[in-house]
Amino acid sequence: MSHLLEIKDLQVTFGGLNALSGLNFHIDEGEIVSVIGPNGAGKTTFFNTISGLVEPTSGDILFEDESIRGLDPNQVTALGIARTFQNVRLFPNMTIMENVMVAQHCRTSQNVIGALFQTKAFKKEEEEIRENAKEILSFFGSRLVGYRLDQPAFVLSYANRRRLEIARAMATRPRLMLLDEPVAGMNPKETAELTELIGQLRSEWGFTIVMIEHDMRVVRDVSDRVVVLDHGVPIAQGSYDEVSINPDVVEAYLGRPVENKS
Amino acid sequence: MTEIKMAPAAKVLDQDWRNIFRWGAICAITLVFISLVGMPAKLDLRLIINPTLSLGYVSLFWIPVMFGFVASTHIALEGMEVSRPGMRDVLTGLFTGLTGSFGLVLLILGMNNFDITDPLVNWGPPLLDLLTTGRGIGTGILGWMAASAFLGMAGASLHVLTPLLRRIVSSAILGMISIAILEDAIDDLSEGFRLEWLVDLIYAKRGGLTNKSAIIVAIVMAAVSVLAQGKVKKAKANFFALEGPARKKWSVVLFAGTAAVVIILPMFAGGYVNSLLANVGIFLLLALGLNIVVGLAGILDLGYVAFFAVGGYSTAVLTSPQSPWFAPEIGFVPALLVSVVLAGIAGLAIGAPVIRMRGDYLAIVTLGFGEIIRLLFMSDFLKPYFGGAQGIVNVPGVELGFLTISGTDPKGVFYLVLAFSALAIYISWRLQASRLGRSWMAIREDEQVAEAMGINTVNSKLMAFVVGAVLASFAGSIMVARVGSVFPNSFMILVSIIILVVVIVGGMGSIPGVIVGSFVLIGVLGGPRQPGLLQEFGQLKLLIYGALLVFMMLKRPEGLVPSARRSQELHQDEFLQDAWFKGDDEADGSDEQTASAEGEGASV
Ligand SMILES: Nc1ncnc2c1ncn2[C@@H]1O[C@H](COP(=O)(O)OP(=O)(O)OP(=O)(O)O)[C@@H](O)[C@H]1O
Ligand SMILES: [Mg+2]
Repeated sequence: MSHLLEIKDLQVTFGGLNALSGLNFHIDEGEIVSVIGPNGAGKTTFFNTISGLVEPTSGDILFEDESIRGLDPNQVTALGIARTFQNVRLFPNMTIMENVMVAQHCRTSQNVIGALFQTKAFKKEEEEIRENAKEILSFFGSRLVGYRLDQPAFVLSYANRRRLEIARAMATRPRLMLLDEPVAGMNPKETAELTELIGQLRSEWGFTIVMIEHDMRVVRDVSDRVVVLDHGVPIAQGSYDEVSINPDVVEAYLGRPVENKS
Repeated sequence: MTEIKMAPAAKVLDQDWRNIFRWGAICAITLVFISLVGMPAKLDLRLIINPTLSLGYVSLFWIPVMFGFVASTHIALEGMEVSRPGMRDVLTGLFTGLTGSFGLVLLILGMNNFDITDPLVNWGPPLLDLLTTGRGIGTGILGWMAASAFLGMAGASLHVLTPLLRRIVSSAILGMISIAILEDAIDDLSEGFRLEWLVDLIYAKRGGLTNKSAIIVAIVMAAVSVLAQGKVKKAKANFFALEGPARKKWSVVLFAGTAAVVIILPMFAGGYVNSLLANVGIFLLLALGLNIVVGLAGILDLGYVAFFAVGGYSTAVLTSPQSPWFAPEIGFVPALLVSVVLAGIAGLAIGAPVIRMRGDYLAIVTLGFGEIIRLLFMSDFLKPYFGGAQGIVNVPGVELGFLTISGTDPKGVFYLVLAFSALAIYISWRLQASRLGRSWMAIREDEQVAEAMGINTVNSKLMAFVVGAVLASFAGSIMVARVGSVFPNSFMILVSIIILVVVIVGGMGSIPGVIVGSFVLIGVLGGPRQPGLLQEFGQLKLLIYGALLVFMMLKRPEGLVPSARRSQELHQDEFLQDAWFKGDDEADGSDEQTASAEGEGASV
């Protein structure tokens, strides 16, 4: 059976530093997989490599059985992989609506001619882009719609910026969504709500999700599978319950137990 | 601003002398600098009020006024106590002006006793004569001390006047000067409207307002300004408050009105106004194109003139019988189409190698390309094809089948430029609000993220280059057909720079801004070679361009008529504060702390 995403022997080095090495794993359609690991473990690098921002040193990445290694980020997105950023990177001076509209770029096709002659097809597509954007934004309740649609993104609170970033990723109509610490900086109530929404992203929108997260409650609540990275090396994979009692994982997070040290 | 408390006016002689001397010294340096670059002497030929006041003196008089005003400005911070502007501030202005006058006093004494005309070309009797108004050293010195002190005081008293009075005074003076500057244009227009008698009444025979008419004009301008006060703002607010069909209706009315004015007015205007407007239009075309590249896509292209050159040369080669190598002598319209295609190709050819560079590197490389194109046309190597420095002459006018527009027919050229400007505005407007326009904005904001969101940044940026090049080629073709010849030296780096200044001063990314920028800069000061209303400035206009650019960067970086987006961007703090006052923001700071505290509790 073929997998949605397959990572084969992936290695990434930054001038001597092994940010990732010997990474082998796969993601199946409809899964929610969490990638965890201490700071600097290489989690974000892993996402950057998939989305084409970082070139792997060796190994391969297959998406629906096709290699996506060496593709430009926009080509990767067009194939159906969307992402968010750990340090929220919206288009701050574009409105909330425009942020979501612009992300539909690779799913739309009207060009200069359509815009200049205001063809029927152009108007229809613009209308669809707007409708889509509104529909996606209303997934997050009333926070990002209404009068908010025309406000620049920089007025949003931190939590709302994270939500908008997810909305923007949704707008590229992906098969696979990479969320880099989606609940970082949110309060418990917001966290619980977003955890629920991540579940809905799969059940209602049909996205497969890979998520980097430090908040273990979120990891426990939503993920089918957990992958643990430490110093660029995968040290454990499995369900949350298996992984959380794995001695290597405990060691990576808490340090070597005292009795072993002597 | 209501928070600011007002303390009673401070004691009159309790002055901040350091402040006064600092501004006074800067004022003195400015006065001497302006005098020595030759501005007063050059502008002395242009009379504002005949025979009392020439533009040359105005170029000196505004300096003490400004510094008097600046020196007596209090920086008001919220919650701080500020003294009410009063007599003390007026004296601050007076002393600042007086200090400033010593610059000219030293200059007069220096010119009287030493001769250093060698490095300083404007040093010498003519300037001395001008500064002393030919009445001898003593009168000159005392005169300037008194004048400068008075002007400084006048500048400072602007703080003291009530808003209404300030409005009256400033509109009377500015209105009078504007009417005087517009003399040639008004004169030109009056002939069409059979209003020569009015012009004869207002203006003196040898240029400038007469003493009597100056006073009348000032009064009329002040009255108009007082009567119109707030009305324009209100109308604007009303318009923007409209919604749906009513708004649409008024937009159509406004559009039709503007269109009617720009179409009908030139019929009454003579050659002067029409050729002035044609200059404005050609630079408007260029600025609209550059606005797409710089303002929307955020690509700082300093070699934009290259596309102007490609458009111009293509049209010249294709239409002129004098073209040295290949002279098909086709009509203007097919030639224009070919030029557009060639400019588009040039856009791709220059764009492709530089597009992957960012920021400063891209600016430098495009700067190089701009010069390379000019030098190629200039070179002996391509002389057999493009005529080298002699260029291509004898370019015919525009043949449209049903009518012919020769380059010497200012009205025809104006309509031609108008049609293309309208087209360019339409193109900019439509593209801005399209999928492509949005991708440009995203690239300007964050190129890497734009790419990760599925935008093919290379294609989008190349499109910006191509659209910009096409608009520039319109300008190039029209200019060549109008002038009837083309030379490599019409495409100096200076052209790129001036177009960029127009875009920046007008307002980057804003179509109305670019239009206003073209009128103000090209219309009043003139283009690199094209004279504006103030043609006496000659090459000094570059000084004004530079000073204006510095001033705008400091005081109004978003431009004269900014796009909403850019003013938000540059005034984010204020915007956020407004949102806060309106209760639009969300405070989530306190919640975040609990979040991180609890987050740590739940680890593996
Ligand atoms: N572009 C780069 N150049 C050089 N080194 C890099 C680069 N990007 C990441 N690294 C290094 O690679 C390692 C892994 O970084 P990465 O950002 O992937 O960690 P992370 O697991 O996401 O950590 P965190 O939990 O703090 O987000 C770090 O040591 C980092 O310094
Ligand atoms: Mg990270």
